[in-house]
Amino acid sequence: MSKPNLDVRDVARLARIQLSDEEVTLFQSQLGHILEYVEQLSTLDVSNVEPTAHAAPVFNVFRADETHPGLPRERVLANAPHSANNLIVVTKVIE
Amino acid sequence: MSALTELTISDLQAGFRSGAFSPVEALQSLEQKIASVDGEVGAYLARDFTTALAAAEKADVSLPLGGVPIGIKDVINVVGEQCTCASKMLEGYKAPYDATVISRLRAAGAIPFGRLNMDEFAMGSSTENSAYQITRNPWDTSRIPGGSSGGSAAAVAAREAFATLGSDTGGSIRQPAALCGVVGLKPSYGRVSRFGLVAFASSLDQIGPFARSTRDCAALLNVISGKDPRDSTSLDLPAEDFTSQLGRNLRGVRLGIPKEYFVDGMDPRVRAKIEEAIQTCASLGAELVEVSLPHTSYAVGVYYIIATAEASANLARFDGVRYGYRAKQPSDLLDHYCRSREEGFGSEVKRRILLGTYVLSSGYYDAYYLRAQKVRTLIRRDFHDAFEKVDALICPTSPDLAFKIGERVNDPLRMYLADIFTIAANLAGICGISIPCGFVQEGGKNLPVGLQFLGKSLDETRLLGIADAYEQSGATSVLATCP
Repeated sequence: MSKPNLDVRDVARLARIQLSDEEVTLFQSQLGHILEYVEQLSTLDVSNVEPTAHAAPVFNVFRADETHPGLPRERVLANAPHSANNLIVVTKVIE
Repeated sequence: MSALTELTISDLQAGFRSGAFSPVEALQSLEQKIASVDGEVGAYLARDFTTALAAAEKADVSLPLGGVPIGIKDVINVVGEQCTCASKMLEGYKAPYDATVISRLRAAGAIPFGRLNMDEFAMGSSTENSAYQITRNPWDTSRIPGGSSGGSAAAVAAREAFATLGSDTGGSIRQPAALCGVVGLKPSYGRVSRFGLVAFASSLDQIGPFARSTRDCAALLNVISGKDPRDSTSLDLPAEDFTSQLGRNLRGVRLGIPKEYFVDGMDPRVRAKIEEAIQTCASLGAELVEVSLPHTSYAVGVYYIIATAEASANLARFDGVRYGYRAKQPSDLLDHYCRSREEGFGSEVKRRILLGTYVLSSGYYDAYYLRAQKVRTLIRRDFHDAFEKVDALICPTSPDLAFKIGERVNDPLRMYLADIFTIAANLAGICGISIPCGFVQEGGKNLPVGLQFLGKSLDETRLLGIADAYEQSGATSVLATCP
């Protein structure tokens, strides 16, 4: 396992979270400690071990390709931060 | 009428069916109890008596849970009610549909009632990460109730609910059940549909019950479990009656004592209570076998890589577009996302999203995420090998008693280590139950200790039978009322 060199600002950009300067300092130190702790995993030899993604003995669950009614439009729009004309209003994507 | 709130579900139902009292009276007694104690305990984020009373008036008490009110953790969707996950991100959000567990409760005649406090998005071990309020441990209100389902546990302990639903990703049912002195069951992965449960870490999350007896937990599992076409991870299994092994003794039962769960660093008073409980099980006929789960010390590290990685993906949906919090007057789309998430999420959620994003990011995936998945395999094998030798494992639920509010908020790693005895069960997908096994006196207060039984995957019927045998021995009163 490589030495942790987490740059909180860089990761926050990837995660789409703006951080205050105080948060950057705090998280940099706290996450550093957590990563030091998880370093212990590097002491194990896992070269011949298959990974486990989940513990359920099911794979490739298929359903019939049929359409079903979705949620009522007004119930969905009731939770939208901003809606008009029965549509969700979004922040401008293309200039 | 307040004495009604003392009853277990099975006693409550006997009263309904004999006509001694009605579901409306039960709900009214709950209302009075909540009015008198919840100002101090703070278990409920919201409750709607009007809707619940209307349901109670029409209740069919012949149904499996007819007329029984069930409190719901604020992470499970109940149509028309708030579902905030105790986050500012979902303030004002109204569930547009019922979770499958809620549909099943309704079909069984139960009345989903109230929204219970939790750590924001189920991330935490003390319920201090709620964006709305502190929940206090009813046994000592200067202490935390555990988490993340702290409201669900505290409500049952304080007689503000007969039973509740919570969710368990790394111990979030069993740990608060232990610290509040109630019974909490984490079913096996795949046993209960998660459709309508707001996702935290999808390979680990399970919904399960809190109650004041093992029997009540079994009755609830009978209702909420089963295959659901809307959750592809729910398993299609033959129907099973989880109460079928209740009322037995422990003769012929082999209980494994995992030696790695009795290590330095745990509270010696907790250890003493657990050792006492183990001896009680031996006196009830159980055969005790020492077993080893050699990869136990890696479980917390594996968990905080896998759970945060999955959380970073699951919580990407909170972008302030279709629902949830949206920042005011964003300058562009990137600013919209970054500020909505900055202002909507609390510290612990941000910390975990950042950690999860990092361990999945290019150049680190193999070193962290893939390696953690491989160690997860080793942890699963440990349990598999142990269950070749024994029927269930017996161990502590938490290494500590309930700690003081504020004591660990500035030390996330120390908070994470509180889950050391519970998270391996989620990684392995097995079932587990925490049951009260006594009290430790501290500062003039009785603080509950939880005994944990772990069973192999899909072995809930036997697990519940073992827990019930211990409970029925009367070694400790599971139903003890907190002051």
